[in-house]
Amino acid sequence: MSLTENAPRHVPDRLRSPLQDKLVSWESLLLAVAIAIFIVNSLASPYFLNAWNLSDATFNFTEKAMIAFAMALLIISGEIDLSVAAIIALASTAMGVAMEMGAGTPVLVLVGLTTGLLCGAFNGALVTKLGLPSIVVTIGTMSLFRGISYIVLGDGAFRGYPSSFSWFGQGYVFWVISVEFVIFALLAVIFGVVLHKTNFGRMVYATGNNATGALFSGVRVDRVKMALFLLTGLMSGLAAICLTSRLGSTRPSIASGMELEVVTMVVLGGVNILGGSGSIPGVVIAAFVMGLVTFGLGLLNVPGIVLSIFIGLLLIGVIALPRLWAMWRKKAG
Amino acid sequence: MSHLKSREAILFGAILCLLFVVAARFPAFVAPGNLVAVFTDTSPLMILAMGQMAVILTRCIDLSVAANLALTGMVCAMINVAAPDLPVVVILAVSLALGAMLGAINGILVWKLSIPPIVVTLGTMTIFRGIIFLLTDGKWINAHEMSPHFTGFPRSDIFGVPVLGWIAVLVSVVMLVLMARTTLGRSIYAVGGNPHAAIYTGIDVGKTQFAAFVISGMLAGLTGYLWVARYSVAYVDIAGGFELDVVAACVIGGVSIAGGAGTVVGTLLGALFLGVVKNALPVVDISPFWQLAISGAAIIIAVAFNAQSGRSKGRVILKSAEHAQ
Repeated sequence: MSLTENAPRHVPDRLRSPLQDKLVSWESLLLAVAIAIFIVNSLASPYFLNAWNLSDATFNFTEKAMIAFAMALLIISGEIDLSVAAIIALASTAMGVAMEMGAGTPVLVLVGLTTGLLCGAFNGALVTKLGLPSIVVTIGTMSLFRGISYIVLGDGAFRGYPSSFSWFGQGYVFWVISVEFVIFALLAVIFGVVLHKTNFGRMVYATGNNATGALFSGVRVDRVKMALFLLTGLMSGLAAICLTSRLGSTRPSIASGMELEVVTMVVLGGVNILGGSGSIPGVVIAAFVMGLVTFGLGLLNVPGIVLSIFIGLLLIGVIALPRLWAMWRKKAG
Repeated sequence: MSHLKSREAILFGAILCLLFVVAARFPAFVAPGNLVAVFTDTSPLMILAMGQMAVILTRCIDLSVAANLALTGMVCAMINVAAPDLPVVVILAVSLALGAMLGAINGILVWKLSIPPIVVTLGTMTIFRGIIFLLTDGKWINAHEMSPHFTGFPRSDIFGVPVLGWIAVLVSVVMLVLMARTTLGRSIYAVGGNPHAAIYTGIDVGKTQFAAFVISGMLAGLTGYLWVARYSVAYVDIAGGFELDVVAACVIGGVSIAGGAGTVVGTLLGALFLGVVKNALPVVDISPFWQLAISGAAIIIAVAFNAQSGRSKGRVILKSAEHAQ
C-alpha cells in the first residue's frame, strides 16, 4: 500500500469534498457513463426517446434499487444478504396465501412487509446472536426461504389479486411517473439522509471500517447490524409487494437471481464490497445505468440471458478495472 | 483434532439413523442395489464438493461450479455431435482442461486482482451460463444426437458399480492423498488457517488460492461431461442452483467457511447425507419440493454447529466484534 504514503489520514466517505474531488469521483464517472449510455441508446433505437417507453424502463430497476439501498448500508457495515430474492419469493407467497383467505389490499401489504421483516430478523439473529458469517447464513436462508415457497406452491401459482392491489406495480401518480418510481425516489432521499446525515449512518461506516474499534467507541455493533438486516428484509418485502402487484401472480421462482443484480447495483455504485465506504447517490446512478442498459439492449432485441452476461462482466469489471489501472500506474511510475 | 473426529462420527451416525428410519418402513431402500444407486446419484455432488472443499479451505468460495459444469458439459456434447467417433478419453481430457481453464479465470481474478471470491464467482456464474446460451441459441442437445459410447461411459458397470461411482471414489482418493501428503495440500490448509503466518513460511497465498480454484474448476468440468452423459441431455439450465448443494455438502461436512478447517472424509459424508435425504424423500412420500428448504435448513444448522464447536474455551478477556471472516 505505497499509495497511502502521501495521504496519512485517508477518509473514504467525506461528506463535503472539494469540487475538484467531486469531478473525479466514482459518482461523477458513473454519471458520465449513464449520460453516454442515454445518448448511445437514443441513437441506436428510435423508440428509446419516448416518455412512456422511458417510464417503462424505470421498472427495470425500481424494485431492485429499493433493496439495493438497504443492501448498500448492509455491505458498508461489512455484512451481506444473499437471501433478498428468496425473501421476495416467500413474502409474495405469504401474500398469495393471505389473498386466498380473502385478505384485502391493506392486509396484503401488511403481510408482505411483515414477512420481509421476519426474514430479516431471522438472518440478523443468526449473524448477530450466534456470530455466524453472513455469506453462509444467507446462502442457507436463500434456499430455506425459497424452499418454503416451493413447499407451499409446488409447481402452482397464486393469481387473482384484488384490483386495488395492482396500484403499487401498475399505478401512476402523475402522467408517466409510476408509483414505483415515486417510492424509489422517496427511498433514495430517506436512505441518503440516514446514511450521510445521521448518527446511525456514521455508526454504519464505523462498523464497516473497524468493528472492534467501533465497539470500543460505544457503537453497539450487533444492534446496528441487526437493524440493517431488518431494513434489508423490510425493503425486500416492499419489493415483493411491488413485483407481485406488477406481475399480478406469484410463482415460487419469482425474482430468482435478483440477489446478483442487487449486489451488482450496489458494487457498481461504488460501495466497497469489503465494507467501510460507499454512498447512496452512487447507488442511485448505478440503478439508472443498469436500467438504461437493460432497456436499451432490450429494445435492440438482445435476449435476457445475454444481458446477464453483461451484468456479470459489469460486476467483475467495475472492481477489476480500477485495480488494473492502479497496477498499471504503479508499473509506469 | 478430537473435535473433527467426533464430527465425522456424528455425521456417519446421522446417515445410518436416516437409513434405519427409512428402512423401517421401506426395507427395499437399503437393498445393496439401491444403496449403490443412491451412491451413484450422489457422485456428482461428491466430486464437486471435493473441489469446493479445497476452495473454502483457502478462505474463498466458488459459486460458479454449477455454471462451469453446465458450460463444459454443453461443450462436450457439442463436440460429440460434431465428431461422434471421438473416443471418451479425449472427451474426458477436454472436460478436465476446459473446466480447469474456467476455474483458472476465477483464480486469476482472485490472485492477481484480489477481487473478493464471492464477487468473482457470482459474476462468472452468470457469464458462464450466458455463454452456453450464446453457443447454442438456447437449443437443447438431446439423447438421440449423442453417440452411444458418449452417453454409455458413466453408466457402464464395473463390479456392480457404475463408472460414475468409481470416478467419485477415485477423485476422493486423489484428494485424500493431495490434501494430506502433498505440499499443495498442506499449503491449502496453511493459507486458510492463518494467511499471515503462511506468507512468513514462504507460501504464496494468492497462488495457492489460484490452485484451489483450478482444482475446483477441473472437477466441475469433469462432472460436466459425466452429468450430460448420464442424463443424456444438455441445455442452458442443467444443474441450476446446484452450487448451493455443493456448498451445503461442505458446510455440513464440517468445512469451516472461515477457512483452514475441514476434511475430505467429512465433506464426503456431508455430500452423502444430502444424497440420502434427496433419495429418501420420494420413498417416504414427501414432495421433492421440500428438498430446497431442507438443504437450506441443513446449511444453517451445520454452520451454527460448526461455530459452536469451533468456539475457543476459556475466559474472554478482550471482546472482539469481528466474526470469523
